[in-house]
Amino acid sequence: MSEPILELRGINKSFGPVHVLHDVDFTVRAGEVTALVGDNGAGKSTLVKCIAGIYPTDSGEVLFNGEQTHIHGPKEASNLGIEVVYQDLALCDNLDIVQNMFLGRERGRAGLLDESDMEQAARKTLTSLSVRTVKSVRTPVASLSGGQRQTVAIAKAVLWDSKVVLLDEPTAALGVAQTRQVLDLVRRLAEQGLGVVLISHNMNDVFEVADRIATLYLGRMAAELPTKDVTHSQVVELITAGRSGDLGIARPENAVV
Amino acid sequence: MTDTPTGTTTGEKAADKSGGGTAQAAISDFGIDTTSRSTGEALRDYVARVRGGELGSLPALLGLVVLLVVFSSLSDNFLTLGNIANLLAQGAGKTVIAMGLVFVLLLGEIDLSAGTASGVAASVMALHLVKSGNLLGGMGSTVFYLFCGIIALAIVLAAWMRLWIGVALSAVALLIALIGLPANPWTEMLLALCVGTAIGCVTGFLVAKVRIPSFVVTLALFLAWGGVILQFIGQGGTLGLRDDTLFKVANGNLNTAASWGLFVIAAGGYAAVVLSRHFTRLRKGLVAQPTAMVAAKVAVVVVLSAVVTYLLTLNRSHSDLVKISGVPYVVPIVLVLLVIGTFVLDRTRYGRHIYAVGGNQEAARRAGIDVPKIRMSVFVICSSVAALGAIIYSSKVGSVDPNAGGGNTLLYAVGAAVIGGTSLFGGKGRVSNAVIGGAVLATIDNGLGLLKQPAAVVFVITGLVLLLAASVDALSRRRAAVASR
Ligand SMILES: Nc1ncnc2c1ncn2[C@@H]1O[C@H](COP(=O)(O)OP(=O)(O)O)[C@@H](O)[C@H]1O
Ligand SMILES: [Mg+2]
Repeated sequence: MSEPILELRGINKSFGPVHVLHDVDFTVRAGEVTALVGDNGAGKSTLVKCIAGIYPTDSGEVLFNGEQTHIHGPKEASNLGIEVVYQDLALCDNLDIVQNMFLGRERGRAGLLDESDMEQAARKTLTSLSVRTVKSVRTPVASLSGGQRQTVAIAKAVLWDSKVVLLDEPTAALGVAQTRQVLDLVRRLAEQGLGVVLISHNMNDVFEVADRIATLYLGRMAAELPTKDVTHSQVVELITAGRSGDLGIARPENAVV
Repeated sequence: MTDTPTGTTTGEKAADKSGGGTAQAAISDFGIDTTSRSTGEALRDYVARVRGGELGSLPALLGLVVLLVVFSSLSDNFLTLGNIANLLAQGAGKTVIAMGLVFVLLLGEIDLSAGTASGVAASVMALHLVKSGNLLGGMGSTVFYLFCGIIALAIVLAAWMRLWIGVALSAVALLIALIGLPANPWTEMLLALCVGTAIGCVTGFLVAKVRIPSFVVTLALFLAWGGVILQFIGQGGTLGLRDDTLFKVANGNLNTAASWGLFVIAAGGYAAVVLSRHFTRLRKGLVAQPTAMVAAKVAVVVVLSAVVTYLLTLNRSHSDLVKISGVPYVVPIVLVLLVIGTFVLDRTRYGRHIYAVGGNQEAARRAGIDVPKIRMSVFVICSSVAALGAIIYSSKVGSVDPNAGGGNTLLYAVGAAVIGGTSLFGGKGRVSNAVIGGAVLATIDNGLGLLKQPAAVVFVITGLVLLLAASVDALSRRRAAVASR
């Protein structure tokens, strides 16, 4: 088992009266794919956004490379090398592909933009992802299909020299071939030593690429286990009931409250 | 997308080494990107984009041509040199205000107070000039200290948001007011600009940090600034701008040599920038328009500006005693603002962030962009530029009255931006839109005036044109939404 690159301990997060995350522990290991699964509303996206510095946490610790850190904003997360593909993609429709990929991290000196540098880098990344249906990297995102947008969002995350990549349902809008590519990419990133987190509802995909599976149940971490130690049906039970045999939350009756 | 992943190179690796042999291999996968398109293809693309709802300035340019044809056939005076020069100076003030408003509209916000805010800047400027620099005497002590208090507040608010330009310019306004610098046309113009900046800091803070909808903030300030102007000038009063330099801003002309000098700098600079950029892109294998199209665009601009420069250097005086010729000062003023504004929006990180916030505020926030600061800054730009507009329109009439910046000033400014193609929904627009739209409105105003139409008709028609432009904006947005899914 490799070293944890990112560790969360006892994370709590509420939106007003709604307590969304309860004492969540979560570990991302370098060189491994960790699948994060759970029903709709379990808090997966919220957890990702807490890691990305979009939402401040109410309590809990974050350790990066074993050192305690506080991620106060998206800039700090990306400075640490944490990249996120958001479920809603977070693209600007009025900007083109290159502009979106470099948003907030534009290249250039003294506040000026180096368009050629950015365009070439974006094109290389897209090529490495085998994106060939996009006519031009200068196409506005508004005129892309759902799958193409998803690819741009993923390309935006792998463009940087990152250490942890979190993908929130990245294959939701993709066809069979594109899903295959994303899964291959996920594996490839892990092989390069990155810590990868994949959120997905597709158990086949999860079992294919993940080294470990973490299950969130109503905002609690029900179980975090190596993929080889669990079966499909156990994971489905963990997702729907929070426990399966002696795995999962001890007393789900109390947990629901 | 094909299902063969290319080797083991992932994006971040590939992206890091720029240039070299890999670049060629990478580029070949984007065939259409690099083999520059033929002119026919580019034209077809353009038509497709227009049909998809991306109209840009096209309706306004067509409208301008129609208006020129209609008015010149209905009125003998319309196409005279004197009238064209007059039209430029008449429209310049409001056009400049519209140029600042574009920044606010790009965020999908509105500044209804831009007109009266400019009026405040104009009245402070006029008061300072008339009272020979003694604002304390001109305003009365209570009003003066309130005025200084508001500017000090603006400094604090701008410092809070770390908007240092806002701090600096507002501080200049406070210094000029407190020191009582003697009247001087350049001091007055600087004072007007800085008062505009201070006003923008207050507006921007209320919208960006207190989070009151901009519509409400600026509607309230629209009224409040109207009251302030009245207080500064007094009911029924007028402050004359008796100063040669100030008068010349909107009424003076470059001499013939300088006019041609301007042509060489402006048209030559435009051609040089566009062409060098185009060939650089071609050389680096980046997305570029067909060379023929770029050359045609440059040629049209150069020829048109040569013709206009030539015509404006002819004598346009009606009497034999005086000779009036040359390009009006307002032309280089508007051009400089146009170049700066376009440069900021297209070439700087800050401009890119404005578009991003206007397109998807949440995405911008997640990209680490300081959204409140961007939001505040556009109001600062809007009010500062509006103050420059105020200098021009006050110079045109040679005085400032309590109506300065009121009436239809704001309607014109918003109208100009929207007619020119800036979207009211945010994320889409350019500073040049304001200039083209401003030309349309100035033409309507001037043409209907020559046709001796009453003000009632002018108002109704101007209002309808704005409504038409807003409808085009809303419909093209719907079309674009349909086209993309
Ligand atoms: N910004 C927010 N404000 C209030 N409640 C939220 C917010 N974001 C998420 N929630 C709530 O948090 C819970 C978890 O949501 P989410 O993290 O999106 O779940 P998942 O991604 O696992 O489907 C849901 O009940 C949702 O309603
Ligand atoms: Mg989710």
